[in-house]
Amino acid sequence: MNRRTLLSRVVFSVCAALLGAAFALPLIWFVFAPFNAHADLDLAFPAPPTLVNFARVFANGVAVGALLNSLLQAFGTVLLVAATATLAAYALARTPLRGKHVIEYVLLLFSSVVSGSAAMVPIFLIVNALGLIDTQLAVILVFAGGLLPTAMFILRDFIASIPRGYEESALVAGASPWRAFVDVVVPVLRPGVTIAAVWAFVQVWGGFLIPFVLLRSEQRMPASVEIYSFYSQAGTPIVPLLAAYSALYSLPVIALYWYVNRKYGFRFFGGIKS
Amino acid sequence: MSSLRGANVSSRTGAAFMTPAALLIGLFVVFPFFWIIAVSFSNRSLLGANALHPQFVGLKNYLDLFDPATFWSQGGFGPSLWLTIQFVVLSALCGQVLLGLVLAWISRELSPRAKSLLQGIVMLAWILPDVVVGFAWFAYLDRDAGTLNQLLHGLHIPAADFLIEHPFLTICVFNAWRGAAFSMMLFDAALQSIPPSYLETADVVGASSWQKLRDIVLPLIRGHIVTDLILITMWTFNVFTPFLLTAGGPSFETDILPIYTYRIAFKSFEFGKGAAIGVIVMLINLAFSLVYLRLAQRGLRAGRKT
Repeated sequence: MNRRTLLSRVVFSVCAALLGAAFALPLIWFVFAPFNAHADLDLAFPAPPTLVNFARVFANGVAVGALLNSLLQAFGTVLLVAATATLAAYALARTPLRGKHVIEYVLLLFSSVVSGSAAMVPIFLIVNALGLIDTQLAVILVFAGGLLPTAMFILRDFIASIPRGYEESALVAGASPWRAFVDVVVPVLRPGVTIAAVWAFVQVWGGFLIPFVLLRSEQRMPASVEIYSFYSQAGTPIVPLLAAYSALYSLPVIALYWYVNRKYGFRFFGGIKS
Repeated sequence: MSSLRGANVSSRTGAAFMTPAALLIGLFVVFPFFWIIAVSFSNRSLLGANALHPQFVGLKNYLDLFDPATFWSQGGFGPSLWLTIQFVVLSALCGQVLLGLVLAWISRELSPRAKSLLQGIVMLAWILPDVVVGFAWFAYLDRDAGTLNQLLHGLHIPAADFLIEHPFLTICVFNAWRGAAFSMMLFDAALQSIPPSYLETADVVGASSWQKLRDIVLPLIRGHIVTDLILITMWTFNVFTPFLLTAGGPSFETDILPIYTYRIAFKSFEFGKGAAIGVIVMLINLAFSLVYLRLAQRGLRAGRKT
């Protein structure tokens, strides 16, 4: 290795390290603060590290209630999306439905054109007309509608990769289409449903705008809105509590991404976030 | 033949299987698209007589938005649109796409451990929930104690209250930081599809890293770059997250279109006008989607041929 390549290696490594540091910097404080009983907005190593902030979160009724609301809204949406998307994706992949390609094209188009930030007015008005303002059901239904097209496309690709012979033998043996679907397709489809469900869960769990617009009363707010109203309020937020609460709230998202990444690789997340 | 074999399930059963999803998508995705157009021609508001019996006002909401007398006034539609264009160009095109390309290019030459460390950090910025990164940046940028100002203090640079003094620049940097991971992963996959022999040949003739990038890599991943540009532009155009840092302020300096829409519809409760802005945003989305779908289909067809 001559001097020039050595020099360029060093320059390259320094650049890579600086870039990594620039990305890490905004989060370093957030790594330490949850474990610091006297955390403030300055960067300080907790001495000693403690879990007392987390204990304070669990003793706080509002904080725990908001986490439970997030769970309810996320699980409600996931169940609804998983069930309806699997059925619809099966129909898209396996029936001679007329105009199937048109349906798919229109779905793709609408799902990218109708964004939450553009459509917040009509969505609010529809929910209002249904009498569902300030209900968790409204949050679940609106999220489900928005997430369904993408979930359907993920699942359709999975179904397309299942050999048709599987269901055909069940149908030949006299099973109804519904039985063939439930007993043959659904079990084989588990990885696809897992990925679609994890993706939907993460979207709802982190979602802010929809519950922010559709909900009114504090006892129905999910953790996302609760955290925002804590730190955006005038006056000093209760930093140690909020840091631990945010860490707790981030945990499922990090764990799920880590799990899916390890099990299926990240290619599935490539085009489907947000 | 394959279409006959495809008939595992009759059309009627297929339609029945489609129904629940179709209802949900119809009610909360397709219907809003058409209703927003209707609302944008009315003077609908949240409270008062116009809430129950909105009147047809024709193009009034659109004419108001583009009224030359108020178009450029502070907190108006003009500044918001212009701000959004700058936001997309700076934070998405210059920020995310370029950063993603640099990150993917750098991590190619790193050891596997260093690569997964670098990509892991960038990914973390992308996967954390909106309000958590909002809170983390709120602390990071704090005027007196925040990590950034402590660092600047160490470098003998005077501290600044970035969210007050440079709000627009701050949300641009924030959005570039937040979203670079997607471009990085896309380009990472694209770079891996380039046959190594191409780059090895370039090494033999003594090409520099920049020459390899410019003459070999960029032409080969052009399709990925176009895909990335369109998707990133669309997402940034619709992103609401800067609201969590600045709420559009101070004095409308970060009033990008999604925040402007929210403000008009849910702070001033002018649903008709808010809907008109929504329609314009959706039309711009539609233009981008059509280009994207056209390109994606051409890519599919080209892929099938080879």
